[in-house]
Amino acid sequence: MAQNSEPNSSGASIKSVSSAASGKAVLDGLTPDPVQLAGQEHFDAVLAKDSRVEPKDWMPDAYRRSLVRQISQHAHSEIIGMQPEANWITRAPSLKRKSILMAKVQDEAGHGLYLYSAAETLGTTRDEMMDALVAGKARYSSIFNYPTVTWADMGAIGWMVDGAAICNQVPLCRASYGPYGRAMVRVCKEESFHQRQGFEILLELANGTAEQRAMAQDAVNRWYAPSLMMFGPPDDDSPNSKQSMAWNIKRFSNDELRSRFVGMLVEQVKVLGLTLPDDQVRFNEESKTWEHGPLDWDEFKEVLAGRGPCNAQRLERRRTAHEEGAWVREAAVAYHQKQQDKQKAAA
Amino acid sequence: MTPHATNLGDSSASATRITPGNALRPEDIVEATRLGTVKPSEDVAEYALRLGDDALILAQRLGHWISRGPELEEDVALGNIALDQLGHARSFLSYAGAAWGKTEDDLAYFRREPEFRCAHLFEQPNGDFAVTIARAFIVANYQFLLYRELSKSTDSMLAAIAAKAVKEVDYHLDHSTQWVLRLAGGTDESRRRMVAGLNLMWPFVGELFQDDSLTARLGAAGVVPSSLKDEFDRSTGTVLAEADLDVSALHMSTGGGRAGRHSEHLGFVLAEMQVLAREFPGASW
Ligand SMILES: [Fe+2]
Ligand SMILES: [Fe+2]
Repeated sequence: MAQNSEPNSSGASIKSVSSAASGKAVLDGLTPDPVQLAGQEHFDAVLAKDSRVEPKDWMPDAYRRSLVRQISQHAHSEIIGMQPEANWITRAPSLKRKSILMAKVQDEAGHGLYLYSAAETLGTTRDEMMDALVAGKARYSSIFNYPTVTWADMGAIGWMVDGAAICNQVPLCRASYGPYGRAMVRVCKEESFHQRQGFEILLELANGTAEQRAMAQDAVNRWYAPSLMMFGPPDDDSPNSKQSMAWNIKRFSNDELRSRFVGMLVEQVKVLGLTLPDDQVRFNEESKTWEHGPLDWDEFKEVLAGRGPCNAQRLERRRTAHEEGAWVREAAVAYHQKQQDKQKAAA
Repeated sequence: MTPHATNLGDSSASATRITPGNALRPEDIVEATRLGTVKPSEDVAEYALRLGDDALILAQRLGHWISRGPELEEDVALGNIALDQLGHARSFLSYAGAAWGKTEDDLAYFRREPEFRCAHLFEQPNGDFAVTIARAFIVANYQFLLYRELSKSTDSMLAAIAAKAVKEVDYHLDHSTQWVLRLAGGTDESRRRMVAGLNLMWPFVGELFQDDSLTARLGAAGVVPSSLKDEFDRSTGTVLAEADLDVSALHMSTGGGRAGRHSEHLGFVLAEMQVLAREFPGASW
């Protein structure tokens, strides 16, 4: 699912960042030493060439922190994002749809895994990130705090939520941090399947009975605004975007991406024979961009701050899975240790 | 950019799958039976229904783990196994349905509980991870031997489905074996839970190897269940011995699933699985 361009989490727990570079002290605020100067020069040159920064390269602390925040939030979004769709696996109305949905939700777990691995190359562990998530200290895309109340939501999420994720993530394939960009390449391939499968669900419903058609339209109505807000606040209220663009992580502004997304929806909703719940959508001939009606950013901030319809439920479910799995993870570690001890004793 | 409404309903689109791909898809079976090139006999269809129901109900159970696993790797692994089982179920049910002019969905969503033919083991609740692993370990050992034999069936479609399935079940066997060893040999708590899981699931082993008039009539088209029991005991025994686990004192339940007499649990599984499809009979999804 979603890369989120949402505001920073102040409480994100990123403990080991400063010890994680190539073993050299690169703390902010010190008098520049020759190693740091050379590192900065190399880093600037890499960005100027629009080339990749790799884990062993020197990088500014703020760049590292910003990436850890973004990649871990992205990973958390994949993991929490499994829940609203997993909600329908056992009730999928045909075996083919059940199979596709299971594969999709499983893909999202895979995306979470790639992304946690990418974040780990920056010196923070998956355990630390997971602990921050279940402690409620980390952010994830706020769209997953809305409930999936009908089967049509599986279509709307695939089409719009995965669709928005693609718009966000395709440019991230060129992100300056190598492991992140490469993770995005793998993720994007699968997201485009997800989007087409979601579209196919809606198309089938739209061409079905009157009730099915109404179900599809209702889902599009409910997911439209939250999916537009996935691109983050408007540009004039997005303090981190500028720096992120200077670092070649972000390539387009929130509003640019949102506008492209609206253009895509406008075309595709015609094929569905459904409508978007926004009578102010229009193409601005002057700016050559798509415009949309006002979005409720107060609601967005409320949901992001933990006061959405399903925030508590989503976190509780993740926490329960994590806690109930603790004995399994401990068993795996203990078994591995015993096997190693046996091998040593035998050697 | 417009997505095409073509058939992308293929779980091979998932890049996280570990097990081998979809050489024989349920859609291929539907196509073959539609053209009339293959049609199962009544007995073969009944038999396919049993195997399909086992796999379907297990997939339904395992699907519940996705997003609830003890670690992300297990969300992926249990999801994989659920997908494989669902794939096998779809193949067997599509083939069975060809005898009666029914689709896989007719059979999955519009039969009543007594018309299901799954064994009780597959219906059992997931419990904790050790219970799920105990069930998975029994299933994988059983299905591996069954499909390996069935791949030599005189019924070419059953043989083809089984030949594909056995490769996937080989991975399930490895997965569950590794976890039985880890849980039994991990911590005191994991060992206690593994023992409890086996105590709960082992009684359902007996039903898997019961012969009846259908398996007798099938001859070389099917597999005589009791013929697999010795090798099942050997293959599970090796692992259980390594894990220092003993199941010899456990009793065997009587079963009844093949005749439509089910455990207390199946009704709930079906209620959840069938609810939406039954709300819109005749609808297309
Ligand atoms: Fe994803
Ligand atoms: Fe996705």
